[in-house]
Amino acid sequence: MSLFLIVALPFLGALLPGLMVQAGRRTCTLITFLVTATALIGLLTHLPAVLNGEIVSARVGWLPSLGLNVNLFLDGLGMFFACLILGIGLLIITYAGSYLSRDDNMGEFFSYLLMFQGAMVGIVLCDNILMLLVFWELTSLSSFLLIGFWKHLPEGRQGARMALTVTGMGGLAMIGGMLLLGNIVGSYDLSTILQNREAIQASPLSLPALILILLGCFTKSAQFPFHFWLPHAMAAPTPVSAYLHSATMVKAGIFLMARMWPVLSGTTEWFWIVTSAGLITMVLGAVIALFKNDLKALLAFSTVSHLGLITMLLGIGTPYAAMAAVFHIFNHATFKAALFMSAGIIDHGAHTRDIPSLGGLRKLMPVTFVIATIASLSMAGIPLFNGFLSKEMMLEQAAHTTLWGSPWVMPVLATFAAVFSAAYAFRYISHVFLGPERHDYPEHPHDPGVGMWGPPALLTVLVVAVGVAPFLAEPLVRLVTAAVLGGSAALPDAHLKLWHGVTPALIMSAIAVIGGLILLALQRPLARGWEATPRPEAKVMFDGLIARLVRGARAMTDTLHDGALTRYAAILTITAVIVGGHAWFSGGTSAPTHELIPLSPMPVAGWLLLITAAGFLVYCHRNRLLALVLMGVIGLVVSVGFNYLSAPDLALTQLSVEVVTIILMLLALNFLPDYTPAESSWPRRIRDGAIALAAGAATSLLVYGILIRDFPFSSISEFHLANSYKGGGGNNVVNVILVDFRGFDTFGEIIVLGIAALIIYAITEALLSGPVRRRLAKREAEFPLAGDAHPLIMVVITRVMLPVVLMVGIYILLRGHNEPGGGFIAGLIVAIAVVVQYMASGFAWADERQRYPYHTIIGSGVLVAGLTGIGAWFAGAPFLTSAYGYFRIPPMEEFELATAMGFDLGVFLAVVGAVMLSLESFSRLARPARAKVSDHAMDIDPSRDEGDDTSGTIDGHTNGKEA
Amino acid sequence: MEFLVASSIGVLTVAGVYLVLRLRTFPVIIGTSLLSYAVNVFLFATGRLVVNRPPILSDDALSYTDPLPQALVLTAIVISFGMTAVVVMIALGAYLSSDDDHVDDQPEGLAAHDKGEGGA
Repeated sequence: MSLFLIVALPFLGALLPGLMVQAGRRTCTLITFLVTATALIGLLTHLPAVLNGEIVSARVGWLPSLGLNVNLFLDGLGMFFACLILGIGLLIITYAGSYLSRDDNMGEFFSYLLMFQGAMVGIVLCDNILMLLVFWELTSLSSFLLIGFWKHLPEGRQGARMALTVTGMGGLAMIGGMLLLGNIVGSYDLSTILQNREAIQASPLSLPALILILLGCFTKSAQFPFHFWLPHAMAAPTPVSAYLHSATMVKAGIFLMARMWPVLSGTTEWFWIVTSAGLITMVLGAVIALFKNDLKALLAFSTVSHLGLITMLLGIGTPYAAMAAVFHIFNHATFKAALFMSAGIIDHGAHTRDIPSLGGLRKLMPVTFVIATIASLSMAGIPLFNGFLSKEMMLEQAAHTTLWGSPWVMPVLATFAAVFSAAYAFRYISHVFLGPERHDYPEHPHDPGVGMWGPPALLTVLVVAVGVAPFLAEPLVRLVTAAVLGGSAALPDAHLKLWHGVTPALIMSAIAVIGGLILLALQRPLARGWEATPRPEAKVMFDGLIARLVRGARAMTDTLHDGALTRYAAILTITAVIVGGHAWFSGGTSAPTHELIPLSPMPVAGWLLLITAAGFLVYCHRNRLLALVLMGVIGLVVSVGFNYLSAPDLALTQLSVEVVTIILMLLALNFLPDYTPAESSWPRRIRDGAIALAAGAATSLLVYGILIRDFPFSSISEFHLANSYKGGGGNNVVNVILVDFRGFDTFGEIIVLGIAALIIYAITEALLSGPVRRRLAKREAEFPLAGDAHPLIMVVITRVMLPVVLMVGIYILLRGHNEPGGGFIAGLIVAIAVVVQYMASGFAWADERQRYPYHTIIGSGVLVAGLTGIGAWFAGAPFLTSAYGYFRIPPMEEFELATAMGFDLGVFLAVVGAVMLSLESFSRLARPARAKVSDHAMDIDPSRDEGDDTSGTIDGHTNGKEA
Repeated sequence: MEFLVASSIGVLTVAGVYLVLRLRTFPVIIGTSLLSYAVNVFLFATGRLVVNRPPILSDDALSYTDPLPQALVLTAIVISFGMTAVVVMIALGAYLSSDDDHVDDQPEGLAAHDKGEGGA
């Protein structure tokens, strides 16, 4: 089976249990089992090849330019872990089928479980570290879902959050480390990285990369000081604990250390960090485990301790230690999964996991007793069980390792941990199963069905088989060890044997067993002392840290983002000035190169006008109408300035936009108060003034700095000037840039403009359908309205001007390609011509005569522009490529036709529609304000002084249609 | 000439920023409009100032000004109209619905008081 399929199967299969949950619990379990079994069988078809030492691989380029490829490879190490994941997965699924109660959503559970399984298989088969990171994060996420599966339990939710926070942070660190590693090697393919030991270890970045990757591994594998999340993750259903937190997920960090072993190990840093962390974790976990009263907490800390053991072995860096680590990974997975499942059985049967409330279960649960005893003895390191063999190898290695400058540290601490390890393993047997039978269990315990005891029983068979006949496991261990070493060191000549003679390891083992028994006898008094001693509680510290982070984040948010727009604006401005100032003062500037334009009287006059208008605007901004007038003055000076500085197109655009903007603001001012009340205090005004002055001074300085220098490099404009006529067929370079060189940009802009107009329309509609409508209807004018709303002279002039202005608009549109003009300007001019009709004769009158809705005009504009662009496809050219030619229709002169005109027509229509729709929406708001609307083009009302009531008009819609 | 343009942009920025920092919607909108002028002229000026050299190709022209900033600013002017219109509409809608044209959630004088309540 293809490796892709093996990885994909659990993910695809994850859909099934969720969908089939209606079909019943048994079917659900069966489907999940079958999916996993298929993947396992598919994996095993590669076993012969792997046993022959081949490396099976499957590769697909996903984003080769980023080095991100879906490359998978299967060697001994990958095979070993994948078998462990899928094999134990099968047992767990069987177990979970009986374990979950009727209240649990089994489909959901199995979906998460398969998702997790797929992510794990992905990690161990991955040949691309970027893909590996993706799978790595997926395991964090799916384990979050699994730990928090019992959503009603607060411990479950807290444990899930803690696990996600810790492993997620580690994952982030690892992303950094992996990217560094990929950069050093120049490839993100694991198989390539593994070939580059010298390059990696010689690089100055190797230490940061190592630390970051180890952070990821340590958090995932619960190494000190990140070990605290694992016991809290025990709030998960027991199958999850057995699967994720003993056999698979927590081994992911160890897997990665083993995978990276050939390139990362062997340095002093690696030895110190990994060995120390492992040793501390091993000792700490073993000591705490002895004093835990919750069965699963005991097992959790024991897992922490054993993970520390494996980490320590990988850290030591000798081939023999690596071999011991591999062997212990297998052994630990077998006995610990069995123990977790037995804990689940006890919990299921007796409805408690509290050791002091248990005891004497030996007769009540004989099957469970046998299973738990075998597994516990293996954990304690008793001969004839597999845990003994690997623990022996560990002690052997420890006896010959110098750490922290002393040959004694390692053997003593290892033995110390082994003593505690034996003690808690014995405690699991004696305090739970031995002793007198009790009658106060919350529920009368009994052995469960075969569905629950079968899977752990199968594992204990392995425990005993390997323990008695270690040579059975030897080929496997040698194969995997060879894969871990990856050719960087020779495979050790050691063999897995029960009897090595009286070695230091055997003596240490004996001390451990005897010490363990003594500790067991003293457990109760010691536990009282343990309880009485104050010690740092990881959860309290973690919660405190999180609470402080949340407080800090909240304080920062409340300061920066407190709902006051003025504050954001002030912060933004100050930051921009500071950052810009820093860049200005820390960078260097070249000497002025640009020749300055001499001053002449006219520009100075314009400048004075602008400065004065701006000054007055600030001074009298409370008078809003006056402010608008002054803004209009500024706009005019700006457009004249554009014209003076060789930008006729800009001048025309600015001029026409100015007109519609002022009309728009006047319409709005109709509803808003005419004066702004004075609210700011003087200190505030001075503060704002200082900010504004700083911003203005910085901007001036920047602009002046730019203007007195030439471009440091040649700009693309030369290309535009050179190709405007040749390529675009137009002499007005600005227009050719708009409709041709940057046509796509313009296309986007007219769409934005259209959307803005539609937003305005939508808000108007929303306002008019809500309570605002009633308020508008009741609204009274602040001042008496002019009696002659539609003055004769204005009506006549606008009517006469309309065809003239429309013709000018079309002229400007058509000449735009070669002379100043174009779709934007023409659109604005035509819009102004139409708006003036509204102003002269009123909304109702103009609206009656408006045949095409403005939405349609916007839409047709965008459509015309788009279709013109698409037209280029038929000529085999890319979107918006323009073509042009010269034609002659007698008796006219020769003239030019360019497809760009079609595009410009689209721009024209969109602009007309957008401007008109905006202005029309504003006027529609005003309509309900006046109860009576004249339908006459003009109403000369002789009785203007007597008020509105005698204006003698009739509601627009009921009257005739005469012009 | 360069000094005139640079100082004009500066003055428009000062006026714009000061008005944006006011508490009511209308001055803020006027302020953003002034800032739009400043930004548009700034972008235009990055093409350097040239007199009497419009970017209209002709046989008698000796040289041309930089057309690219002009094209960019042209659309920017039109878009800034659209933006102003939307902002005005939002401001108007807010004022008509609540009879309040403050731009801040709460006047700054009341902020400390409100926070005190929230914390209690």
